[in-house]
Amino acid sequence: MTTEAIIYDAVRTPRAKGKADESLNEVKPVDLMAGLLTSIEARQSLDPSRVGDVILGCAGPLAEQGGAIGKTAAMVAGWPDSVSGMQLDRYCGSGLEAINIAAMKVMCGLESLAVGGGVESMSHVPIGIGGSAWVSDPAISTQTEYIPQGISADLIATIDGYSRNDVDQVALSSQSRAVNARKKGYFKSVVPVVDKAGRTILAEDAFIKPDTTMDILGGLKPSFVKAGAMGFDDLAIAKYPRLASINHVHTPGNSSGIVDGASAVLIGNETVGNELGLKGRGRIVSMANVSTERLIMLTGPAPAARKAIKQAGLTFDDIDLFEVNEAFASVVLRFIRETGVDPEKVNVNGGAIAMGHPLGATGGILIGTVLDELERRGARYGLCALCIGAGMGIATVIERI
Amino acid sequence: MSSKGFIYELGSDGVAVVTMDMRDQPVNTMNDEYISLMSNVLSQVKTDICRIKGVIFTSAKRTFFAGGDIATIKSDREEQAWDRALDLNLKIKRQLSELETIGVPVVAAINGAAMGGGFELCLACHRRIALSSRETTLGFPEVTLGLLPAAGGIVRTVRLIGIEKSFAPLMEGKKYTAQEALELGLVDQVASTKDEMINDAKDWIFKNQNAAQPWLVKGYKIPGGDAFAPNNAMMLSAGPAIVRKKTKGLLPAPEAILSVISESTMCGYQSAMMVETRYFMELLKSPEAGALINTMYYQMNEISAGQSRPKNIEKTECKKVAILGAGMMGRGIAYVTAKAGIEVVLKDTNLENAALGKEYCRNLLDKQISSGRMSEEKSERILSLIHPSENDNDLKDADLIIEAVFEDLDLKLGLTKATEPFLNENAIWGSNTSTLPIGLLSEGLSDAKRFIGVHFFSPADRMPLVEIITGELTSDETIARAYDYVRQIKKTPIVVRDGRGFYTSRVFGCYIDEGLHMISEGVDPVLIENAAKSAGMAVGPLAVMDEVELELMRKVGVTNKELDERLGENFCKIHSQMQAHAIKMCDMGRSGRSVKKGWYDYFDDGSKVMWPGIKEMYGGQTEIPFNDIIDRLLFRQVTETLDCVHRSILSSSRDANIGSIFGWAFPAHTGGAIHFIDWFGGRDAFEVRRSELVERYGARFELPDSLNRILAAIGE
Repeated sequence: MTTEAIIYDAVRTPRAKGKADESLNEVKPVDLMAGLLTSIEARQSLDPSRVGDVILGCAGPLAEQGGAIGKTAAMVAGWPDSVSGMQLDRYCGSGLEAINIAAMKVMCGLESLAVGGGVESMSHVPIGIGGSAWVSDPAISTQTEYIPQGISADLIATIDGYSRNDVDQVALSSQSRAVNARKKGYFKSVVPVVDKAGRTILAEDAFIKPDTTMDILGGLKPSFVKAGAMGFDDLAIAKYPRLASINHVHTPGNSSGIVDGASAVLIGNETVGNELGLKGRGRIVSMANVSTERLIMLTGPAPAARKAIKQAGLTFDDIDLFEVNEAFASVVLRFIRETGVDPEKVNVNGGAIAMGHPLGATGGILIGTVLDELERRGARYGLCALCIGAGMGIATVIERI
Repeated sequence: MSSKGFIYELGSDGVAVVTMDMRDQPVNTMNDEYISLMSNVLSQVKTDICRIKGVIFTSAKRTFFAGGDIATIKSDREEQAWDRALDLNLKIKRQLSELETIGVPVVAAINGAAMGGGFELCLACHRRIALSSRETTLGFPEVTLGLLPAAGGIVRTVRLIGIEKSFAPLMEGKKYTAQEALELGLVDQVASTKDEMINDAKDWIFKNQNAAQPWLVKGYKIPGGDAFAPNNAMMLSAGPAIVRKKTKGLLPAPEAILSVISESTMCGYQSAMMVETRYFMELLKSPEAGALINTMYYQMNEISAGQSRPKNIEKTECKKVAILGAGMMGRGIAYVTAKAGIEVVLKDTNLENAALGKEYCRNLLDKQISSGRMSEEKSERILSLIHPSENDNDLKDADLIIEAVFEDLDLKLGLTKATEPFLNENAIWGSNTSTLPIGLLSEGLSDAKRFIGVHFFSPADRMPLVEIITGELTSDETIARAYDYVRQIKKTPIVVRDGRGFYTSRVFGCYIDEGLHMISEGVDPVLIENAAKSAGMAVGPLAVMDEVELELMRKVGVTNKELDERLGENFCKIHSQMQAHAIKMCDMGRSGRSVKKGWYDYFDDGSKVMWPGIKEMYGGQTEIPFNDIIDRLLFRQVTETLDCVHRSILSSSRDANIGSIFGWAFPAHTGGAIHFIDWFGGRDAFEVRRSELVERYGARFELPDSLNRILAAIGE
């Protein structure tokens, strides 16, 4: 790699429940995103004409989120016509992929400055609403062994032997860590969502449940029993015939929340930083995509992390902090088991179980979160990883400057 | 009246009535003859187009139209046959397409069953008026033969009633009455008489001179939207899982139909028709369609036609049956017999037991009354035919005695001897045994010619098969009468010869036995149970043992051992694992589901969990390929079936195939325990795999003679 990709800023919206009449529901997805671009411009006194491209991840790229929303958001933010924009979909890996591509463009010299990130207003464009060949076309879904992610998460728990208590512990820890981080102001990357008059709509993460206890978590009904009984359990067992049944441990309490949110990361080369007086906060060290067994689906993070770490010439021990997207509690437990890393280094300020997973936006949120914490601790390396539909995984290693 | 093809009569009112009456066949079907008849009708209509107001299709047969002609499909499975099938399909489609755009209203006056292709013809008409009669059944049975309705049936149904409502009629092979079809939207109108039907049809023609198929009108939208309309997308994403839960992925037809339902909404009408045809051709070539057509169509028809019944004996009718023993089997047999309108004496050692048996029948009927499937009157009529008794004198008018007492040779022999003096001299004696040789049992009757085995399956009210077992001395007349009785009670008879375990128990036992061989070898029991399901067996070998009850199997084992000693045989050898494990488990108090302990532990909430003790005893760590587990379970049954052929227990592949599928739920998609060989890829492929199994797992998979010679014995 010839040029370093430097992170000059990383911002995100707070997250709020992605349902009608929740606090971010009144905000259009494009506005969520444009607000972040505007805030980067303000925070960095940035001349937006220097930005070459706005690359956004979005897992529901249709209707309001359809049509190269990166470009729409740039226009809505008032950025000049010279700024290009696009949208990409790699399911839950979309946001991190967008950042990786922005970084690649910088690394290969194609752009000097770009924005990567993502947006997902799940209250406006509900998950899966557009359907897809993979999920909604019977011939294709049969051939490709589609099962819902929740069944896959329960499958991991069943194979690894995670009990309901084990996964609820992950959830409780996510909540208490998030409560702590929010209270102490660790989430420096959060930018309030404001209206046109400049009044705040939402300033802090609203999805966190500070009063959660193991009792409350234990009282929630498992979410995927019904889908399992329809036949998806049988499909899972047909592929994993050593299992007599699927242990449905995941509930709304220990799965990622459905929320609205957006993220943006400003990435550029050293020259442009010097020229514009931007302060480098971190650099993108390495990145990786992998794909694992499609039906169990959510086991990509560990191999992706391994690949990215190897690429960086590092070892797991070199990494100070891991952000592993809490799509489901069992995903995090599998990551820890498979890599052997210290759980105290993983998701230290909570994750998507406590704060929500706005699909395409999450990758950028993880980068901002880990960068904030590396800075707070004065630590060096952070790794972000996400599981992705159909078995894929993605990871990015960053280094604090 | 001699048949005349499609009779075209143009009335003075300007309506052309086409009466379908195809030559030399009892029903109208879609074949080459149909193509030319339809072609003539289409040209005639075009010739008359200026002076006619509309066309009505109706039938001169008892049925309206029976559907695709399976004979055009089966004849041979070569490339040319596929070409011919495709050619025929496209011709049928082109004609129906021409019919629906011919320029005048076309009405189907459905005066009888319109199944499959017959109903597809109706869908190409602009209006469907069905005669409300018991004979008028409508539906798409194609799926039951591994096929799909390919004459536009799926495309038009979905465009007519939308995706959601189309699932049941297209995928389940269900038959609908005229009224049900009306509610579903598959027909437009129901008429109570033929005259009313024709008058309504004419009326509609006069009032709808501009009739057009809705899907050919500009601005048409599929009711409920296409496959990606949110509700449909949700259903279609769960659909494959729901299908596979039932089929284990072993039946391609329901999957293909689901696909056509979905995909036909995502493209234009003509493209949708091609999607339908291409999926049809794929199914047509599948071994599963070959298997289902062979067994569920041809061989089932052979059984209905009495191919296994002795020829040259007049059809008999059974008027009164005496059942000895009002236990589980006896009462079930009483129920199915009375339900067929036959008088029943249900005799037990005391009247109280016999009455309990009748009570059981009442409970079965009450359940049907409460679910609306039975009327009070009919239920009373059925019950009035069942006479509980403790008196041998009540047996005197019975044509058929069915003995259903405990499986004890001396008990049965004693009972036969003691009862014989009370019997009508023409009565035949059937024993509902699954274990005791008919030859031995018939010694209890002074005239062994009149002795036969009639083996019902439990529960008798639900299980469709009856295994008729002929002893060496059983007369043809006795066989014919037993066969006719089984047909009379609307069950499916197979005829096998006397031999230890007969056919079904012998082979079914081998299925269990092979599962237990693997348990003993230390193969993971969960893997075995799941492999059985992947193979297409309804229940795994361990679960089925619990259901049958290990205690019962232990007793059968004891009986078989005694029989071996008495007859100087070694039948026990083939089920040695089953017998050893039944004893071992019973000794541990794990005697089956009834005590909530067997290979599984059973809980009050209805759930069950595999007993952890299995792994403690046998390890469960032995690794063998998953496919080997599947094939061991299946091949063991098939080689034993071949052994039954070799021993002349079986004398036809239809009895073997039908018996296996309906007797112990051998996977239907294979076509049964003999057709399995074809389904598997033919004799060579079967022999290669079987040799592998012999080499890896033992002589159990050996055949007593060459495969070709064994099969030659049943004309295969």
